[in-house]
Amino acid sequence: MVLLQLFLSFMKIGVLSIGGGYAAMPLIQNEAVELHGWLTMTQFADIMTIAEMTPGPIAINSATFVGIQAAGIPGALVATAGCVLPSCIIVLTLAYIYYRFRGLSLIQGILAGLRPAVIAMIASAGLSLIILSIYGQKTLPADLTAVQVIPVIIFLVSFAVLRLRKPDPIMVMASAGISSVILLSIFG
Amino acid sequence: MDSTAEKSGKKTSANTYLTLFLSTFKISACTFGGGFVIIPLLRKKFVEELHWIEEEEMLDLTAIAQSSPGAIAVNASILIGYHVAGVPGALITILGTVLPPLTIISVISAFYKSFRDNIYVSMAMTGMLAAVAAVITDVVFNMAGDIFRRKDVAAVLMLVLAFIAVRYLKVNILIIILVSALVGAVRTLSKEKAEKERGF
Repeated sequence: MVLLQLFLSFMKIGVLSIGGGYAAMPLIQNEAVELHGWLTMTQFADIMTIAEMTPGPIAINSATFVGIQAAGIPGALVATAGCVLPSCIIVLTLAYIYYRFRGLSLIQGILAGLRPAVIAMIASAGLSLIILSIYGQKTLPADLTAVQVIPVIIFLVSFAVLRLRKPDPIMVMASAGISSVILLSIFG
Repeated sequence: MDSTAEKSGKKTSANTYLTLFLSTFKISACTFGGGFVIIPLLRKKFVEELHWIEEEEMLDLTAIAQSSPGAIAVNASILIGYHVAGVPGALITILGTVLPPLTIISVISAFYKSFRDNIYVSMAMTGMLAAVAAVITDVVFNMAGDIFRRKDVAAVLMLVLAFIAVRYLKVNILIIILVSALVGAVRTLSKEKAEKERGF
């Protein structure tokens, strides 16, 4: 029952992703690629790229994409609903508590406790994308020097520009796409 | 401000719902880059233009949206909708926020296969994947840098342990999140207790 499975998976992602879009990324990788095989690692990398290039929250973008790949439009609707439902319940409960008691110190304490773990999970998913990007495969190869040169250059230049100039990530993505077409057409 | 839903129940008209829907729809359709970008835009619309929410309250709503699970943009929309027009308002704003990405990604997915098989698209995706990896690395550097700068040893330790657990020991993410939440709760409670004993 793929629709039910999609709903439950994205509900789990909805409950566990705390701290915005990038926090959902490792969870989506876990559910959609590793547990259920709805996406290949390349498709997962594609959806992260598409999500970055299109408006809207990463979690909703991915829910729609995974849902469609797994079960068409009904899949997209079910996955998106699953993704939003926990937020709905939890946020409204917290809002109620907030208006009643005006105290959030315990919630903020829990959030502070979660932050290092969330960063660690994003770092791990980010590392997976780096490996896929520069080696063209999911896991590290035996020969670590067997890199694809053009992605490495684009990665390093993008990273340097992001650190030094703080540009809009969309601009970085677009420039990387264009440079990649040019470089690969000439040297590829 | 104990029952905003009730209070606003009287003044909620079809027009209010329409404004809620259109505002969130437009903001969601034009916002690239997720929660941290959408919140300033929501603030501009609902605090500065419509005056439906006070400045101070918006800060608290932002804190709730960020501390709750799920997409920050969706959470913030739920809170704004609820604040203005109760639960029906929240449902309207969810719809407004979710519809644009749902439609756009559905359309892209329809063309995804032929799109992906195109040689130039494939070349561009190769470069953009490297750029996404860079964007995420940048985000991680910013977030982790924040923790390291505060010289909070326990937090740094948690970060390292969580990374090893998730990356190399393949520990279930649920367990990592529960343990971290528990650590956060215990730290807060013991800090508050210590402050109380010191007579604050």
